[in-house]
Amino acid sequence: MIPGVEPAEETAAEESHIVANADVVKARQTVRAYAQRARLSLVDQTKLVTAASELARNTLTYGGGGTMRVSVVTRGTRTGVKVAFHDEGPGIPDLDLALTDGWSSGKGMGLGLSGARRLADEFDLVSQAGKGTHVVVVKWAR
Amino acid sequence: MAHDESDKLVGLLTDGQDDFTATWIRIVTSTLAGRLTAAEIQQDLTEMYQALLTALRDGGLHTRGEAYGEVRSLLTELSRNRARQGFTPTETAVSLFSLKEVLEPALSSPEDVSAYLQFSRVLDDLGLYTVEVHAKTREEIISAQAEQLLELSTPVVKLWDGIVGVPLVGTLDSARTQVVMEKLLQSLLDQNATHAIVDITGVPSVDTQVAQHLLKTVVAARMMGAECTISGIRPQIAQTIVALGIEFGDITTKATLADALRHALRRIEQNRETAQIGGLL
Repeated sequence: MIPGVEPAEETAAEESHIVANADVVKARQTVRAYAQRARLSLVDQTKLVTAASELARNTLTYGGGGTMRVSVVTRGTRTGVKVAFHDEGPGIPDLDLALTDGWSSGKGMGLGLSGARRLADEFDLVSQAGKGTHVVVVKWAR
Repeated sequence: MAHDESDKLVGLLTDGQDDFTATWIRIVTSTLAGRLTAAEIQQDLTEMYQALLTALRDGGLHTRGEAYGEVRSLLTELSRNRARQGFTPTETAVSLFSLKEVLEPALSSPEDVSAYLQFSRVLDDLGLYTVEVHAKTREEIISAQAEQLLELSTPVVKLWDGIVGVPLVGTLDSARTQVVMEKLLQSLLDQNATHAIVDITGVPSVDTQVAQHLLKTVVAARMMGAECTISGIRPQIAQTIVALGIEFGDITTKATLADALRHALRRIEQNRETAQIGGLL
């Protein structure tokens, strides 16, 4: 994910589909449960849940539905939660533009993607026009 | 051929009617282990047996036919009641299937066995019907509850003369926000209120969509001439909103509902004083 850093080890994982609005609610609940399991502080729990909520809604609204994978990760002595979203939608043609505050291709506030990046400790976005989008966020327990 | 067999079946069921019903009731009572009274079970099953017999006599083995109308309505009622009482669909279906067990000892000739196999298919079909009804009943209960929840979770309360409050609890999706906004705007008018307080203590996370909904509600309330305060901003929510980059602009926000109420009362007091100085009152 970040060059020169040893890869994180996943210990528990759960995959779910995001195809309807109710799945976004379900996704938030799943991420919160994992964040509690990884002993994230209340603030970090809320930040991760909010980031996941933004990305889940993006997956649904702009990606046309996809999957979410939540896992508890460890690197050395640190524990965290990793949430990965994947869709096979139209993809993001201009990543820099998409990550600009206030820019939205839809009707939103244009803060979801950039906000999610600020809320998470690690953020990775891979997207190819026409082939879909893969977003990963990680939040570490302090 | 099929007709002969159903005649044979009707004969078999009529001859042993009393014995069969008694055994059936005994078996079902023991499987449901005291969760229904023996009298209830006896009434249900005796009626059911009668209806089945009539249906077999008139309509043969076509369970989806007209002759089975009464059986189906009895099963619907039974299945609905059991679903409401919390029985599993298996338990309801097994009540019906246990009639097979009752008939087994009475089979003496190959013709009996062949008739029994036909009857068994009838019972399987009716058993599946009870499962269908059960599922449908549960769905009805769930959708009724969802509607109730939507209503329940969005009360608009009068906090003081001229001040209304909306305590929000749970997830704010578009449908709920719409209900909240409509109720709030209507009560501003009905109560002749000048201040509205939207309390989000019970909202677990505020993302951009929720924020957007809140902002729209506030703007709409302002258009009606009311001042709107958002209260119940907990520390973790405040930090998340800042990190997300959402700006609440000149909208007043408070940590607690009490603070918001105090603020609204002070504003009302100020307005009254200004009006008095201006000699309007």
